[in-house]
Amino acid sequence: MSEKHIDETTGVETTGHVWDGIRELNNPLPRWWLWTFYLTVIWSVAYTIAYPAWPLISSATSGVLGYSSRAELGKELAAVEEGRAELVAAVADTSLEDILADQELRRFAASAGEAAYMVNCSQCHGSGARGSAGYPNLNDDDWLWGGDIEAIYQTIAHGVRFDGDDATRFSEMPAFGDILSGEEVDQVAAYVFSLMGDPSDQAAADAGAALYADNCAACHGEDAKGLTEFGAPNLADAIWFYGSDERAIAAQIKNPAHGVMPGWQSRLGEVTVKQLAVYVHSLGGGE
Amino acid sequence: MKYGPETIGVSLAAFLALLGAAFSGDDSFAAHMWVAFFVLAGGAIMLLRQISFAPAFGPGDDSGYLDGPVRYGTVATMFWGIVGFLVGVLVALQLAYPDLNIEPWFSFGRMRPLHTSAVVFAFGGNALIATSFYVVQRTSNVRLWGGNLAWFVFWGYQFFIVMAATGYLLGITDSREYAEPEWYVDLFLTVVWVAYLLVFLGTILVRKEPHIYVANWFYLSFIVTIAMLHVVNNLAMPVGLLDAKSYSLFAGVQDALTQWWYGHNAVGFFLTAGFLGMMYYFVPKQAERPVYSYRLSIVHFWSLIFLYIWAGPHHLHYTALPDWAQTLGMVFSIMLWMPSWGGMINGLMTLSGAWDKLRTDPIIRMMVMAIAFYGMSTFEGPVMSIKAVNSLSHYTDWTIGHVHSGALGWVGMISFGAIYFLVPKLWGRERLYSLRLVTWHFWLATLGIVVYAAVMWVSGIQQGLMWREYDDQGFLVYSFAESVAAMHPYYVMRVLGGVLYLIGALIMAYNITMTILGYSREEQPIGEAAPAAQPAE
Repeated sequence: MSEKHIDETTGVETTGHVWDGIRELNNPLPRWWLWTFYLTVIWSVAYTIAYPAWPLISSATSGVLGYSSRAELGKELAAVEEGRAELVAAVADTSLEDILADQELRRFAASAGEAAYMVNCSQCHGSGARGSAGYPNLNDDDWLWGGDIEAIYQTIAHGVRFDGDDATRFSEMPAFGDILSGEEVDQVAAYVFSLMGDPSDQAAADAGAALYADNCAACHGEDAKGLTEFGAPNLADAIWFYGSDERAIAAQIKNPAHGVMPGWQSRLGEVTVKQLAVYVHSLGGGE
Repeated sequence: MKYGPETIGVSLAAFLALLGAAFSGDDSFAAHMWVAFFVLAGGAIMLLRQISFAPAFGPGDDSGYLDGPVRYGTVATMFWGIVGFLVGVLVALQLAYPDLNIEPWFSFGRMRPLHTSAVVFAFGGNALIATSFYVVQRTSNVRLWGGNLAWFVFWGYQFFIVMAATGYLLGITDSREYAEPEWYVDLFLTVVWVAYLLVFLGTILVRKEPHIYVANWFYLSFIVTIAMLHVVNNLAMPVGLLDAKSYSLFAGVQDALTQWWYGHNAVGFFLTAGFLGMMYYFVPKQAERPVYSYRLSIVHFWSLIFLYIWAGPHHLHYTALPDWAQTLGMVFSIMLWMPSWGGMINGLMTLSGAWDKLRTDPIIRMMVMAIAFYGMSTFEGPVMSIKAVNSLSHYTDWTIGHVHSGALGWVGMISFGAIYFLVPKLWGRERLYSLRLVTWHFWLATLGIVVYAAVMWVSGIQQGLMWREYDDQGFLVYSFAESVAAMHPYYVMRVLGGVLYLIGALIMAYNITMTILGYSREEQPIGEAAPAAQPAE
């Protein structure tokens, strides 16, 4: 069983073992394989001398290069912060109006704001800031709470109907389902719809006009163009938040949905909120 | 009564499951126990009625070897393979088209562990158990030790798979990657695994050959190490004895390191060492050539198993894991390169003197492709463990591509080759139903892997570059959602790669079914030119 045996094809001796007809050639280790293996071992030993590697009782060898990934990250962050320090300080010290007036500062604040927007805001408002049902589009000039730079700043800093901030924007449209009859709600909805298109029932829309004047005009305005002081949306345009057909409008009158946006000042700090305001203002609809 | 103790045991287990379902205050545990009850009750009925699976007992049974569990295991491998590949295609579709997430049972979060466990543990595990039982008997020249214990290993393992899979879909998970089953399923698997170890080790101990064949070293290292990994990684405290939930004994970064010590060595010892064992038997058998180098097999075996166990921390580069552990994880991975390639060299060079068979034997072709992918991914692995590379590749699809070139290319192909070799032998057939279908399988699978891996390289590197893209003022250019949206075309192409691979496996299932049933297709032998047209006289 353990007799040496020469493999005919290669002329190499086998080890003499046979298992279920399988033999093993007695070839040496391929030299390139062995030397590459040695090389990786040597390289590895050298690497562990250079970098933190070997655990001791309560710490580990720190390596002759003194490398630490935490320190490395700190250095990189510090380098970026140092490069930006002047501009960041300028943003902090300059009023929003003056930032808009200063080309360089405005450009810097807008790109900083864009980066912050991508991380913090795009989840709801979309990466193109186009919004979606219930989340406003930030590219247009239809503003719920005002579109000048100060108003945008205020909204981002303190949020809308946000529990965690006393200065938050707050308004709540009453549920008119408790105030108006079902028919009256439909009439108001028909009237509101008539401001941008042909209502299904002109007579209802006409009746709705009077109801509108009595119940809605105080917040949404005589001309239904909305009032940013109350966050009351413009009803006379074709931009809708919770659906644009008469049924959706009636539902919103009966039992309105109210969106919530967190305030970001406490989380991101004043400078970042300023930058966000400049970015959002720059998207096209800023006043 | 035939199967007396077995019937009583399974019936008792079914009754216990029923009690568990009745008395548990935890809805998911009760649901899971109902599953266990129905499966076990079904098993008890089958035993009582002594249902015969005649095709499983071929004419080869006078060999003196216990081949029943190997036959069952071969069929189970094929079955779970197709389940795993199919679920893989489904989760790939879910990533490309998120609307396909069907809450709650078929959401990605539950389907993904179903896919990974089905391919790694159900397909790969069955392939390893079946081939190890076959190989250890042949190379030890003795019947499996432990009588019917091997049957318990087979059926116990299938029961584990069913419990794991249904648990995932019911939302029962301990959230440890590649080890998601909860504590009671883990405990059961431990029992099965110890039985597996006993059968395997017992067979080696009573062997009639003076030496232990290299394939068995690898199989044994796989069984022993998986037992250790499984037990340590799953140390946990259950909320209650009738409650599905448990809490791990580890927390924080120690927990992360334990999980990756397990996860990485599951790759190393399950998917590498185990399948190297498979390679060391089936490649020389199919090529009818001696193993290239005995010395290489010794050196690469010991260096592989010594180095592999330390490499896990490379999954935690640039995390809270201390720098020293990251360094060690990286250098051990680099040193692992040549020990891994030792297996590739021994596999490929075993073909020296038989390279012409590549032309005529699609099974050899499959094995060679498996070894090639093994070499490719065991080179890619050390490269990706280098911290500078990892800072780009980590958390991206590149990792997914790397795993799949190993899993589809190496694990899948070497298992297919082994099964194609085994089936005619196990069922006493002269040859496979069709070698030409093997060629089809080979090309579909190869194409599928190439599409998959290439697409994931591109998408992974693009992801990594998008995440680290800064503008000249140091601000991030892309939001995470934008990088997700950019992946869509690649995810669609990946589905295509997976479908090709799945079709290949379906062809294989047809081919081996026909072989088992005793058919053989009349076809022209591969590699011989079609008869030349006779010139007109």
